[in-house]
Amino acid sequence: MWSLSEIAHTIHEWLNTTFNSTLATLIEMVVAGIAVISLFALLGLVLVIMERKVSAWIQIRLGPNRVGPKGMLQSMADTLKLLVKEGLTPNGADQFLFNLAPFIAMIVAMLLMAPIAFAKDFQLWDLNIGVLYVSAVSSIMVISILMAGWSSNNKYSLMGAMRSGAQIVSYELSAGLSLLSIVVLTGSLQVSEIIQSQSNGWWIFKGHIPAIISFVIFMIAVTAETNRAPFDLAEAESELTAGFHTEYSGMKFALFFLAEYVNVFIVCAIGATVFLGGWMPFHIGSWEGFNHIMDFIPSSIWFFGKTFFLIFMIMWFRWTFPRLRIDQLLNLEWKYLLPISMVNILLMTAIAILGWHF
Amino acid sequence: MGSSSLIVLMIAAIAFSGIAILLSKIVLKPSTNKQKGEPYECGIPTTGKTWVQLNVGYYLFALIFLVFDVELVFLYPWAVVAKGMGWVAFVEIVIFFFILFMGFLYAHKKGALKWI
Repeated sequence: MWSLSEIAHTIHEWLNTTFNSTLATLIEMVVAGIAVISLFALLGLVLVIMERKVSAWIQIRLGPNRVGPKGMLQSMADTLKLLVKEGLTPNGADQFLFNLAPFIAMIVAMLLMAPIAFAKDFQLWDLNIGVLYVSAVSSIMVISILMAGWSSNNKYSLMGAMRSGAQIVSYELSAGLSLLSIVVLTGSLQVSEIIQSQSNGWWIFKGHIPAIISFVIFMIAVTAETNRAPFDLAEAESELTAGFHTEYSGMKFALFFLAEYVNVFIVCAIGATVFLGGWMPFHIGSWEGFNHIMDFIPSSIWFFGKTFFLIFMIMWFRWTFPRLRIDQLLNLEWKYLLPISMVNILLMTAIAILGWHF
Repeated sequence: MGSSSLIVLMIAAIAFSGIAILLSKIVLKPSTNKQKGEPYECGIPTTGKTWVQLNVGYYLFALIFLVFDVELVFLYPWAVVAKGMGWVAFVEIVIFFFILFMGFLYAHKKGALKWI
């Protein structure tokens, strides 16, 4: 049966036999870059149309249904429209920082792709500190938001950026702590080893109640970290017009938008990897027959299925909960989520040491 | 692919954004008028400086965040070895959290966690 890793391996072999090693490496790099860019653009298109369809479905309306079959080409049309819009720079804005901010947002979103295992043995870089890498790189995101808000010469932008700064740095803590409670169980930060340790069941089922608490806290924290409703204070439409990207238009706005959606995909992918087993099929302990049947479904389908389920959950949050106020938001993090996740990690350590997990 | 993937990804991101912005510059026909560069503020001209003083709460939370972020960095190596070390690791982390929690309580008592 063909799989993504086999295709990659075949391409690698063919390049190395046809060209010399330097040229082969170079071509491989170009191919990888083009593949990642295509994935990036495709994810943006798919997630935008998914968001609009899900919101329409939850609010009992039709959503986009004119462009293409069932409105599936709507986001393509939107991209074309954004392409022919002029990218303005307001008077008195800091030109350099204003133009730099979307680039940084894109670089961060792109760099986060490196440690994600899309399928079995299909990963750009399986580094031994994968989880730490993800939390380290994703915290650079806040710099691009602050940069965009600060340089825009607009009070709405500045306020949105400050709010988002306070929010992202706060929720980073509980997101990191909830990931750590699973790292205590696996004893490794490497993504492939975390997935391998779930071959007889996913951590959310094996880790008793603390794992479920971690998962819930992680979902809340990443919703806040990606600036999505009910934590979308950075771009609260009814208060701040569009928050930190009020002054952005045309393609620069599109880049921010794309980076935001890809970030949602990435945090969901990390959640799926750590808590729901990544590409690992659904296995139950030692039920050989059942596990064997589950292995027939390709690993990439498992990965994308889990990730898109989590993305659907985050979209579901958006249309269910009303927006919080900034003081409520910070109270929730500092007075509830942070102490709970600290106690939770102690409980998890006790469970791991006693060997109570399955 | 190893660590060279980081360079590939970074170049890919810059190329993607650069080409997108350049393409839109080529496609569109720019026009100018006096109002176009004005910052957006409900249609009326903006008053005073944009870079105003903001609530002190943002800075207080940023300072507390620094403490806890450093704590999180210390937790990573601990988490990797905790299971193998057994109860020694557990006792150590309880002491660590206790000291940290005292600091947290102090900040709470001082009113740093209250939004003014």
